[in-house]
Amino acid sequence: MSGGSLLSGADESVVRFENVGMRYGVGPEVLSDVSFAIAPHSFQFLTGPSGAGKTTLLRLILLSARPSRGLVSLFGEEVSGISSQRLTGLRRRMGVVFQDFRLLDHLTTYENVALPLRVQGRAETSYRAEVVELLRWVGLGERMHVLPPLLSGGEKQRAAIARALIARPELLLADEPTGNVDPQLGRRLLRLFIELNRLGTSVLIATHDHALMDLVDARRFVLGNNHLRIEG
Amino acid sequence: MSAGPERAPAEPAALPQSLRRNAPLVPTDGSASRALAAVIAILTFLAALCAGAAEIVASSAAQWQGAVSQEVTIQVRPGPGRDTEADVARAVALAKEAPGIAGTRALSKTESEHLLEPWLGSGLDLGELPVPRLITVRLAGAGTPADLPALRARLAEALPGAASLDDHALWLSRLSTMAHTFVGIGVGVVALVLVATGLAVTFATRGAMAGNREVVEVLHFVGAGDDYIAREFQRRFFRLGLRGGAVGAGAALALLALAAWLARLWRASPAGDEIEALFGGFEISWRGYASVVLIGVIASVVTGVVSRLTVRRFLA
Ligand SMILES: Nc1ncnc2c1ncn2[C@@H]1O[C@H](COP(=O)(O)OP(=O)(O)OP(=O)(O)O)[C@@H](O)[C@H]1O
Ligand SMILES: [Mg+2]
Repeated sequence: MSGGSLLSGADESVVRFENVGMRYGVGPEVLSDVSFAIAPHSFQFLTGPSGAGKTTLLRLILLSARPSRGLVSLFGEEVSGISSQRLTGLRRRMGVVFQDFRLLDHLTTYENVALPLRVQGRAETSYRAEVVELLRWVGLGERMHVLPPLLSGGEKQRAAIARALIARPELLLADEPTGNVDPQLGRRLLRLFIELNRLGTSVLIATHDHALMDLVDARRFVLGNNHLRIEG
Repeated sequence: MSAGPERAPAEPAALPQSLRRNAPLVPTDGSASRALAAVIAILTFLAALCAGAAEIVASSAAQWQGAVSQEVTIQVRPGPGRDTEADVARAVALAKEAPGIAGTRALSKTESEHLLEPWLGSGLDLGELPVPRLITVRLAGAGTPADLPALRARLAEALPGAASLDDHALWLSRLSTMAHTFVGIGVGVVALVLVATGLAVTFATRGAMAGNREVVEVLHFVGAGDDYIAREFQRRFFRLGLRGGAVGAGAALALLALAAWLARLWRASPAGDEIEALFGGFEISWRGYASVVLIGVIASVVTGVVSRLTVRRFLA
């Protein structure tokens, strides 16, 4: 373990990695000595070739994978021995768009998007207008009664994005959020992320899409050869 | 007076009501759910029948006990050189003198012989046989308690070796032991069946958890706590349990009601008295029906709670 120099004092970072290494099972390390911090209100891209470990890094932030070594802190809290209750609390402060969407097939698009609010125990009437508005914004106003298997890839992606945004998280993680939509809609969705960022959310978008990254002047975390390089 | 609301609102005011679907978060797999509901229904049915039967036995035993403990019997045995008629009259007189006795009735010689008919056949001439004579003594009841030991002592003194008092204590205690045993067995079987229900639900919940791993993961990611997820499973399984329990308990109720109806039918028939003598009233009290319903409710509660505990353990 490295010294506590990076952790000393009041830690404002939303996410902080220190010398994190990660391997799946007994395989080789997918990530080695990864250190970075995501500040509040910041906007950054995570890029790198396919198989470089972008999804793995996002999973580490989501605590759906645990690092083999190194320290991960979220919202100023070191997470290695976290209780399941605190974990739920942390996850409510994050929104995530999965590369494979992970919509629940037995719930309508509307119910999928409303899910983060519903699991907080809120009454359906209290969030209905909000959810419908966001669905219209992402162009799913006509499709909200449809079950996900009947949505196109792009529609699923937009539903997944809406679900990640609906609870106004402090940190948004998006894994290839524009991979299945045309460039025009991709830009529209990017505007949504920028808007969210302006309202105070820290955003981390994993993408290979250089045209998309060029639209925003933002830091880039570049993964390659298991290591992380920060550009800009 | 003001201008009417001519401008259409920018936002559509009414949202589609059909959005209110609130589908269960844990998907329901039709065939597995039906199978579990059927298992719960069958187990509930068996447990409820068992409870109903135990209740019938308990209440019949109570009826018999109530009837029998109102009476004691004096038996007068004929002996060589004894005048049985005189002995009977003496015993009746002694019984009448004793406190707490409401009445006596001495069975005549023919009546006593008649009692033996079922065992010895009716064609026999019993005149030669020393048939004991019975005197039934009705007790007054709780108000004026009878001193049976004193009466027994005086009978032994006045008619030594010939008269004896039978207060049915042995028979009553055997009957009550039997009834208690029966009820105990019933309670044991009900408990076993509930345990079996719990085990079936445990397996079904594990299966549902494994089949819905993806769903559980997503629920975790969107901020659902373990407790919330466990509650969702519990709700789903409680509903299943309620359905199974209702069907099982309903079937048991129908069967018990049918049995009671048939019993009433038989009692109205010529052989009815004997059946009633043998089986008691075969009345199913409201307690019998209530215990059946209670078992249906308990089965559904067990289902819900067990599934919740299983999920909690699985997630921990
Ligand atoms: N569950 C897993 N078990 C074992 N190895 C895995 C697992 N998930 C990913 N890997 C491996 O880890 C490496 C990094 O995978 P990851 O999914 O993080 O890459 P990525 O950068 O997201 O790629 P892409 O751009 O194609 O989505 C790959 O070599 C992959 O084969
Ligand atoms: Mg990936």
